[in-house]
Amino acid sequence: MYNFEFEKPGSVADAVAALGADDAQALGGGQTLIPTLKQRLAMPTKLVSLKGIAEMQGVCTGDDGAICIGGATSHATVAAEAGAYPALAATAAHIGDPAVRNRGTIGGSLANNDPSACYPAAALGSGATIVTNTREIAADDYFQGMFTTALDEGEIITEVRFPVPEKANYQKFVQPASRFALVGVYVAKYADGVRVAITGASNDGVFRWTEAEAALSSNFSPDAVDGLSLSGDDMISDLHGTGDYRAHLCGVMTKRAVAAAA
Amino acid sequence: MPKDGGIGASSKRREDVRFLTGAGNYTDDINMHGQAYVHFLRSDIAHGTITNIDTSAAASMPGVVRIFTGSDFEGVGGMPCGWQVTDKHGQPMQEPAHPILAQGKVRHVGEPIAAVVADSLAEARDAAEAIVVDINELPAVVDMKAALQDGATKVHDDLDNNLCYDWGFVEENKDAVNKAFEDAAHVTSLELVNNRLVANPMEPRVAVGDYARGTDESTLYTTSQNPHVIRLLMGAFVLGIPEHKLRVVAPDVGGGFGTKIFHYQEEAFCTFAAKACNRPVKWTSSRTEAFISDAHGRDHVTKIELALDADNNFTAIRTETHANMGAYLSTFAPSVPTWLHGTLMAGNYKTPLIYVNVKAVFTNTVPVDAYRGAGRPEATFQLERVVDKAARELGVDPIALRRQNFITEFPYATPVAVEYDTGDYHGTMDKLEEMGDFAGFAARRAESEKNGKLRGLGVNCYIEACGIAPSNLVGQLGARAGLYESATVRVNATGGLVVMTGSHSHGQGHETSFAQVVAEMIGIDENMVEIVHGDTANTPMGMGTYGSRSIAVGGSAMVRATEKIINKAKKIASHLLEASEADIELKDGAFSVAGTDKSVAWGDVTLAAYVPHNYPLEDIEPGLEETAFYDPSNFTYPSGAYACEVEVDPDTGKVTIERFAAADDFGNIINPMIVTGQVHGGLAQGIGQALLENCAYDENGQLLSASYMDYAMPRADDLPMFDVDHSSQTPCTHNPLGVKGCGEAGAIGSPPAVVNAVVDALQSAGKDVTHIDMPLSPDRVWAAMNG
Ligand SMILES: Cc1cc2nc3c(=O)[nH]c(=O)nc-3n(C[C@H](O)[C@H](O)[C@H](O)COP(=O)(O)OP(=O)(O)OC[C@H]3O[C@@H](n4cnc5c(N)ncnc54)[C@H](O)[C@@H]3O)c2cc1C
Repeated sequence: MYNFEFEKPGSVADAVAALGADDAQALGGGQTLIPTLKQRLAMPTKLVSLKGIAEMQGVCTGDDGAICIGGATSHATVAAEAGAYPALAATAAHIGDPAVRNRGTIGGSLANNDPSACYPAAALGSGATIVTNTREIAADDYFQGMFTTALDEGEIITEVRFPVPEKANYQKFVQPASRFALVGVYVAKYADGVRVAITGASNDGVFRWTEAEAALSSNFSPDAVDGLSLSGDDMISDLHGTGDYRAHLCGVMTKRAVAAAA
Repeated sequence: MPKDGGIGASSKRREDVRFLTGAGNYTDDINMHGQAYVHFLRSDIAHGTITNIDTSAAASMPGVVRIFTGSDFEGVGGMPCGWQVTDKHGQPMQEPAHPILAQGKVRHVGEPIAAVVADSLAEARDAAEAIVVDINELPAVVDMKAALQDGATKVHDDLDNNLCYDWGFVEENKDAVNKAFEDAAHVTSLELVNNRLVANPMEPRVAVGDYARGTDESTLYTTSQNPHVIRLLMGAFVLGIPEHKLRVVAPDVGGGFGTKIFHYQEEAFCTFAAKACNRPVKWTSSRTEAFISDAHGRDHVTKIELALDADNNFTAIRTETHANMGAYLSTFAPSVPTWLHGTLMAGNYKTPLIYVNVKAVFTNTVPVDAYRGAGRPEATFQLERVVDKAARELGVDPIALRRQNFITEFPYATPVAVEYDTGDYHGTMDKLEEMGDFAGFAARRAESEKNGKLRGLGVNCYIEACGIAPSNLVGQLGARAGLYESATVRVNATGGLVVMTGSHSHGQGHETSFAQVVAEMIGIDENMVEIVHGDTANTPMGMGTYGSRSIAVGGSAMVRATEKIINKAKKIASHLLEASEADIELKDGAFSVAGTDKSVAWGDVTLAAYVPHNYPLEDIEPGLEETAFYDPSNFTYPSGAYACEVEVDPDTGKVTIERFAAADDFGNIINPMIVTGQVHGGLAQGIGQALLENCAYDENGQLLSASYMDYAMPRADDLPMFDVDHSSQTPCTHNPLGVKGCGEAGAIGSPPAVVNAVVDALQSAGKDVTHIDMPLSPDRVWAAMNG
């Protein structure tokens, strides 16, 4: 770790101001950023903790029925308090281990957009809205490839709004070492159609499987996915599985998610 | 009735009180006045020529005490290798120089190039980043077979090629073995990989060097399984410090698993630098450094063939193995694929003819050495896999095929140089059949199938050679050390005892189980016995703990020393009781005269030894302290039979272990609870190897699994509840306790059971899969099913 300044503002406005300094960086739960710093792979001059901002904490229900989660809310809090959207609470409950869930935040996870992370699938699969200090971004516009998002320098995720579907489920097939998703499929059935978002698989990060969405929108049953397949060519191929294996798992996990959707 | 103390009692591990309440004293807990910190700049290139190292900018950075590079170690010895293997032509192995800091070339990712000593670790790291190293990258040698081809890039320019040795065992049997294969009714052959592993003890390695200018004495605190071995190797071969001026302390050590046996560069560096800088120097490995600097384990590529006659009797075994040495020879590396592997190739079977060929190969990877089981898991895995495959090819029951070929008469001299003293392989298999409920397997399989899962049952046996070892024998085989063990038993005036043992406990619970033995022998409470280990300043020269040798060899030394104590105490008692020494009996902590009610308590005798007012001073010396060295006459041969039941998800290839039963024969048992714990740990590591752990390099010699993000350790939820039994006991015939050792069995015996079970599951679904290389990760199993 290199030396850095540390600030813990109490409001979004103060955080934005603090992040105005050169090479300042937001700190959520630190579950990604702190290991990066320990490896000396990043050198921010200042860390601005978002954990002290009350308006970025907690789970509530919006006027339109959407679940609203403060950007600095921990995975453990979502697991415990997002009962109105059970699939989302269950997704949060299976991220990492208890220590990670008690520290890690939804804003940090979405800002980081790890290609194997769980929340990106939940957000894209739910058609969530990413609310920042300056604007609202639709999930479809937000995820722009591995570790790449629509966020500007210094922009803070203050809230994430999830419309609650009729049914949904997340199936995570874990990578045996990291226990991130080797392939994770989030399926959500809304009145106007089904969304299927897949994490862990693609070289381009989380993506929607539109063919499966179409098939499931007309017939929400596992069989609807039969015969559909994704190409492994553009999928991640590593020590834990080839692109073809991941492509195969996309189908298996989609079916399981549909079967389990509640 | 379970005992509540002494031999056979499940006494609670006394050391756990300090471990579990944060009162342990690990090497990293040791901080010296004025201590400086070292950070090693390590190569991120697998193979290259160093053209320039510029430390000038770094040297003037804040806090820097001194920067060392390879040139500071010219004239200093390199890292020694403790075992010389002779090849099949009678020639010694090729043995490259192994520098403390790279000299001219780097040969694996992680090799230390420079060392920065600074006031703080952060300053040392800052300065290390300012060192400029220019390396002319060379092609990396990674694949063992490619490494042996003509014209292959050489890891060591001054050696003939990348072949460390080509070993044939037993070379004289080769023609007879080949003939047996020509005459065989059936031959089963199998090519397999024994995957490379990283030991990953919970505590990473740490070294603190200290130098006392006033007395010219050096002290090294280090995370070692064998402090005397480190003192001898480092003092005599690396730094030239006489042993009386060098103390090595291995305090509480948080797991070793073999990788803390070896003498490492960082230990020599900290000792050297403490004197050079006249300040204590401390190094604490990060987890990342551990992955690229702790010796790795296994990494064999093997072809094994089994010949059978028309009645399914095994007639011959022939194996060809490539064993990865990595870039340099770690301390005991050459012995692992040879004398710890070839000698076990008979397993539990009376195969009359065996020939083992091993080619040890240098590559641009981290050195490979002993890891829990060391050579014996590699032997067991290939043998038990090929026997299982033979049973399937012949359409016979795998258990029946094994039973038919079991060795049943002991002692049994194998065709691979060792003699098993005792064993009862049918006995452990009988026990296993009872534990495994094999009769109920069909119903369990049907139940799994109902849930869309495939179920498989895998069984195997194992034999291991523990309690290493007779010194004169290993000397003939190339060991550059003796393998006895030592103990000093010091009785205090008030009757308490301190046992100073050359064995070293790094999780095994010696402080509890060793005390049980001495307490039993004298008939006193265990709490009167204290076990001291790990410091060359207060323990007799010992060879340390590995190879499941502590109770068998160290325990035997302790028994011998305690016997000497008892003999002397009887002399004192006979004087106090005015009786003939021959009539004195020791029971329940009191000496009595046989056939009378005259007796004297243990404490009265010990007090007399130190307050010798009424004492036979003309016959014996005052005091009560004895030392014994014990050199075993043979290895010990624990054995057992294991069964694993798996479920395979055919859609994903994921394997889950549903049941695991282990029936072991460890001979006599001192503390059943500790033995069970050792088996549990071994099973977890063996199952880790079979299903999860994979140390992988890419073609450029970059380690792909260099952190827990990619290297999968077994976790509790990967494992079933284990069913463990060690009631089958054929005591060792040649050590005083009749013990065999239990530390490695679980890791040796479990991988073949897992793989046999998965193959069984896949074949039950009609898949033509005869083998999958470990780890049986979901992608590999799925690929095998759909290949
Ligand atoms: C052992 C372990 C296991 C894990 N397993 C999983 C898993 O199974 N699935 C999974 O999805 N994740 C997993 N994670 C990651 C975990 O969910 C992290 O919490 C998450 O990736 C980052 O969140 P954080 O709050 O810790 O962010 P930090 O590490 O603090 O920050 C990450 C990045 O986001 C930025 N940032 C943080 N908060 C905001 C914000 N509100 N607005 C804008 N930018 C912000 C930071 O500047 C930084 O660039 C695991 C992590 C660990 C250590």
